[in-house]
Amino acid sequence: MSAAPNIETAPSTVAAARATNVMVVGVGGQGVLMISKALALIGQKQGLQVKQSEVHGMAKRGGVVFSHVRFGAEVWSPTICKGEADVLIALEWAEGLRWLEYLRPDTGVFIADTRRIVPPFACRSRRRGATMAYARETPAEVIDKVSEGYALDAAAIATGLGEPRAANTVLLGVLSASMGVPVAEWLAVLEMLVPPKSRAINHKAFEAGRAWAEAAHDDASLRFDAGITGDVTHADMAEVSVRLDINAAWCKGCDICVKLCPERCLALNDHQVAYLKAPQACTGCHVCEWLCPDFAIEVHTTHQVSMTVSE
Amino acid sequence: MNVEAWPKAAADVLPLMGNEAIARGAWEAGVKVAAAYPGTPSTEILESLSQYPASDLYAEWSTNEKVALDVVIGAALSGVRAIACMKHVGLNVASDSLMSMSYIGAHAGLVLIVCDDPGIHSSQNEQDTRLFARFAGVPVLEPSDAQEAYEFTRLAFDLSEQFDTPVIVRSTTRLSHTRSVVRVGDRVAPPSKGFVNAPGKTVTIPANARRLHPKLIEREAKLAAWFETSPLTRWEKGDKTFGIVTGSTSYLYVKEIAPHASILKLGMAYPLPEGALRTFAASVDRLLVVEELEPALEAQIRALGLHAEGKAFFPRAGELSPELVRAGLAAAGLAEAPPAPVSIGIEPMARPPVLCAGCPHTGAFFALRGLEARVAGDIGCYTLAAVEPLRSIDTTICMGASIGNAVGMAAAGEKKPIVATIGDSTFLHSGIPPLINAVYNKANITVVILDNSITAMTGGQDHPGTGRGLRGDPAPKADYEAICRAVGVSWVRRVDPYDVGHMYQTLREAVVHKGVSVVISERPCVLDPVKIKGNPLAVSQERCVACQSCMNLGCPALIWSDALHEGRHKVAIDAAACIGCTLCAQVCPTDCIQPTVLA
Repeated sequence: MSAAPNIETAPSTVAAARATNVMVVGVGGQGVLMISKALALIGQKQGLQVKQSEVHGMAKRGGVVFSHVRFGAEVWSPTICKGEADVLIALEWAEGLRWLEYLRPDTGVFIADTRRIVPPFACRSRRRGATMAYARETPAEVIDKVSEGYALDAAAIATGLGEPRAANTVLLGVLSASMGVPVAEWLAVLEMLVPPKSRAINHKAFEAGRAWAEAAHDDASLRFDAGITGDVTHADMAEVSVRLDINAAWCKGCDICVKLCPERCLALNDHQVAYLKAPQACTGCHVCEWLCPDFAIEVHTTHQVSMTVSE
Repeated sequence: MNVEAWPKAAADVLPLMGNEAIARGAWEAGVKVAAAYPGTPSTEILESLSQYPASDLYAEWSTNEKVALDVVIGAALSGVRAIACMKHVGLNVASDSLMSMSYIGAHAGLVLIVCDDPGIHSSQNEQDTRLFARFAGVPVLEPSDAQEAYEFTRLAFDLSEQFDTPVIVRSTTRLSHTRSVVRVGDRVAPPSKGFVNAPGKTVTIPANARRLHPKLIEREAKLAAWFETSPLTRWEKGDKTFGIVTGSTSYLYVKEIAPHASILKLGMAYPLPEGALRTFAASVDRLLVVEELEPALEAQIRALGLHAEGKAFFPRAGELSPELVRAGLAAAGLAEAPPAPVSIGIEPMARPPVLCAGCPHTGAFFALRGLEARVAGDIGCYTLAAVEPLRSIDTTICMGASIGNAVGMAAAGEKKPIVATIGDSTFLHSGIPPLINAVYNKANITVVILDNSITAMTGGQDHPGTGRGLRGDPAPKADYEAICRAVGVSWVRRVDPYDVGHMYQTLREAVVHKGVSVVISERPCVLDPVKIKGNPLAVSQERCVACQSCMNLGCPALIWSDALHEGRHKVAIDAAACIGCTLCAQVCPTDCIQPTVLA
């Protein structure tokens, strides 16, 4: 079989400048796509090839949302490799930390909103002394680990301007200071993305973000608010033991405690009397005690004061 | 992006998502009939097509993918170009029609868009449609970016008519959801060819089918010959030490990582151009195949007796990436080993997807968990109830499986009450035949139809139960209770899942009913078609005793407050997220959750 496929000589990718890689990350509903659309338009207006890649599906359900935006004279892959993002912009604090490994270790710019959206998953532990399973790192610690980092409370800046919803535009202003594209082009793109009646406030929010970034660029001490800490409430870590007394004579097996125990640690035995099936799960919250119509349950909690004995 | 700007003049340049580019290609090819059932990542194709004038094309949400394919088969046999769009697992549903239609051919252009989901971003598996195409004897085109998605879709209609075959265009999540600039053209709608009028071909009785099968085999050879010199086969000459055969987005990753490699870029994954492959293989020292998921190309190339290497270096499971291509080339000794990733020493926090604040499914599954039943689940947002804290689903197989699964569980002698849960759109998709089966076979099960009046998981598409058509036009509305009664279910109750006590009580009654009982849980989705936002509730910090009963709902509006009770966190409500459904107030034993705005 004779073959004459369409032959091309190797394209001249040699001299092509490498693409600019920006990752935009956040939580579903935050507006990650608005910022990545703005970036894609900026790239297109420069006459560059643009690829903007995101994954839909779980976005609306409070899940992780991320968008890869690449532009340059020639862009192949729609996704950015780990360690090759020039800019990582995070609309939520813990999401910024999730993707840090994508940032260029030597030159990458990290821009994060210090806003915290705590997922239900972070509040799962019921034990006494449990702490929220949310990122503990403070902006000060994180900015120390990246080549160039900025952390700001964009919502506070936007609220100061009278429109909390313009927080993303503040971030866009911060981002613009790291991108080397004239301000006029950014404003033109912004006009394409926001409705006419909110153009003025978005313009102001953009300028405020840009001004914040320019000040922070010149003075590294302004790159994060030192007042922001990991902000974890440290609960009383005292050991507590719980004892449940169930009066079998009074229990009529109505099942109310079994069904309404938040930890689902009660059950009915063969005699239709409630018993503590999973003692290790009981937190001593007293719900069964309060709800028992026959006063058959008593919850005893004992704080054990741990003593340090010196030798 | 800017929908009004789409149908513009030829050679216009638009930033289009892969799915929008496919729609544009179909529209320009003069498609007259389009049908689909929503499924990530394919949903936006039909949504984009519906933005073009109704005078240009008829478009519908079909009840399932097989119906969608049957609709477009009817249209193509009647002489107009037609397109069906689905996700990879949707093709399983439509496969019966495809296998026969492959024998029949096409008449007017008949194109299937099938979007695979490598990496399983939002699916139950990551099956490779290219193998399905090979099985069905149907050519499959593989675009790599939005420009090609547009061009290949247009071309697919021509190929379909030229070779008298259905044509599959295979996209993937990464292509469907990547936006890039596309140079578009004008719509050229060919006139209708009229009805096919060839019963010897279109009626697949055995006598006809026996004649049609050899024709399919001949067609395969003709397509392969055409593919040899078609623009879909592109040889990019480069470094002769190794050559890479690739296509789809894998091609982009190869170009990113190995720009100097010799590349044979294939725009069609089946059938393959044998001559071009042999010539290419002879021109390089080593032959590699880079493809996502199954070794579909590799196996065919090896069958030609060529020594091709592929899956030895590149993974067969999961989504491909530039990193994985780099690592694979390094493993093959053809590239430098990638630098070890620099760990920054921060463990990412878990943030699994959750049901929305105020989601009606939350109330239904909270009640269901209290029932301690054996629960066969189905496909939809509510699959999220399989994990803590609702954890009340035991199985999820595929669309429409729940009711049949429940019948089997009952037949196997399962002692717990047996419940099947199925969403409204899924029920209409493939839940009705199994319900009829359950009634007919006198199964002792409870079916919960979770009616949130929308196809929620894919972003809020209408279906026959919403009362609206694809273009928002009023449409007849399916009545679930009437359907259940018509097939012989005598015990049917409708319940509001926002009333947890009533829901729980109804479920308890349902499971003691002998035979099939149906509970219809009725409450609209809080996101679509309209976003629902009522006055938020608030937790009285004085009265909260940190029992965290409410946290068992898994509602994202409930978080810990900084205040403690006996060393445990009290609960607070995020007013911005709370829609005021009152589920948490209903389960609170101290009545400390109250509306912020009292009427």
